[in-house]
Amino acid sequence: MGQEARILKVLQRVSGKNLAPAADESLFASGLLDSFALTDFIAGLEEEFGVSIPDSDLSARKFDTLRKVDSYISAKSA
Amino acid sequence: MAYLRTFGSYLPARRVGNEELAPLVDATPEWILSVSGIEERRYAAENETVASLGLAAARECLSNAGTTPDQLGLLLVSSGSSERFSPGPASQIAAALGLHSTPALDIAVPSAGSLIGLALAADLAPRFGKVLVIAAEIMSRRIERTPAGRGTAILFGDGAGAALIDSQTGFARIADSLLATDGSAANILKIEHDRIFMDGKSVILQAYRKLPRAIGDLLARNALGPADVGAFLLHQANLNLIEKVAAGLKAARERFFVNIARYGNTSSASLLIAAAEWHRTLAAPLAAPVVFSAFGAGLNWGALLALPA
Repeated sequence: MGQEARILKVLQRVSGKNLAPAADESLFASGLLDSFALTDFIAGLEEEFGVSIPDSDLSARKFDTLRKVDSYISAKSA
Repeated sequence: MAYLRTFGSYLPARRVGNEELAPLVDATPEWILSVSGIEERRYAAENETVASLGLAAARECLSNAGTTPDQLGLLLVSSGSSERFSPGPASQIAAALGLHSTPALDIAVPSAGSLIGLALAADLAPRFGKVLVIAAEIMSRRIERTPAGRGTAILFGDGAGAALIDSQTGFARIADSLLATDGSAANILKIEHDRIFMDGKSVILQAYRKLPRAIGDLLARNALGPADVGAFLLHQANLNLIEKVAAGLKAARERFFVNIARYGNTSSASLLIAAAEWHRTLAAPLAAPVVFSAFGAGLNWGALLALPA
């Protein structure tokens, strides 16, 4: 399974919705995430990809589209 | 040594329910309740000030303790919403209590300011004896009751709380505290040009990470765990956040005292208002550790541990 698919899997698990938003679609405007689901999404990404997301990166704007999340995980995994 | 003696609080009379607020911010009462856990909040009257709210809470606290102002060695006053930046409300409150040489210091930190006050009071009580910590906020004058201001207008209310820390006696001994500041994210929550700005999603992310970690670290270095704690008193920022923190700590939700439904988020006052109400419900001497914790603008956060005296 590719990285994008794994991110989507985490997103669908924490949101409880089987939606597949476009790469640049806001995950908040689409209804997939709210403030509190976002905390679960971050924790889910850390678990899925074995990365540690530091406090300094805890800005909602860094995780509000699939493309941004994909880029972030790629950078963390590099 | 430093002990918690007692608490006091003051809430303005005017109640503002979700039904009144919702149409102003283009929301429904049910939505406000679901995203915050808040049913109503209090707004100060036009003739009330941060200092007058703080004075009322201070007087109740001193009355509860059977202490007179002249017995105080130090006042610490927390507020992020004072009408006047400098001098802040501390000197006004001290003067209104009839104190003209007792040191009275402002802690200009919203949200976590009262926790900082408690922690400093615990450290300073051996020198100053009785330290009165006051937190007072009029957040209703820092929000915009418009659709654009919805994210903060639904949350905040006004109020004041107070705590008396005593070097000699009290119902709980303050055993340890942990304070932290990280200004690198200061822009996500701030009061600037008389208005509050909050990037709510980022605030929740930061708070959910930092609060459980601070509480867990404080308990661990005192050889305790969340299951040992009898009561958690948290800054009443958002019911959903408190429940997330409880889950994150794997602590029983019913041990988290909550009164946000009635007062909303009163910023730094909320911790002491909650403590005052919790203390009034104690039917017997304290039997288990109590944890105070707060997070907010700065970013400032931390936790404080009190043990049965």
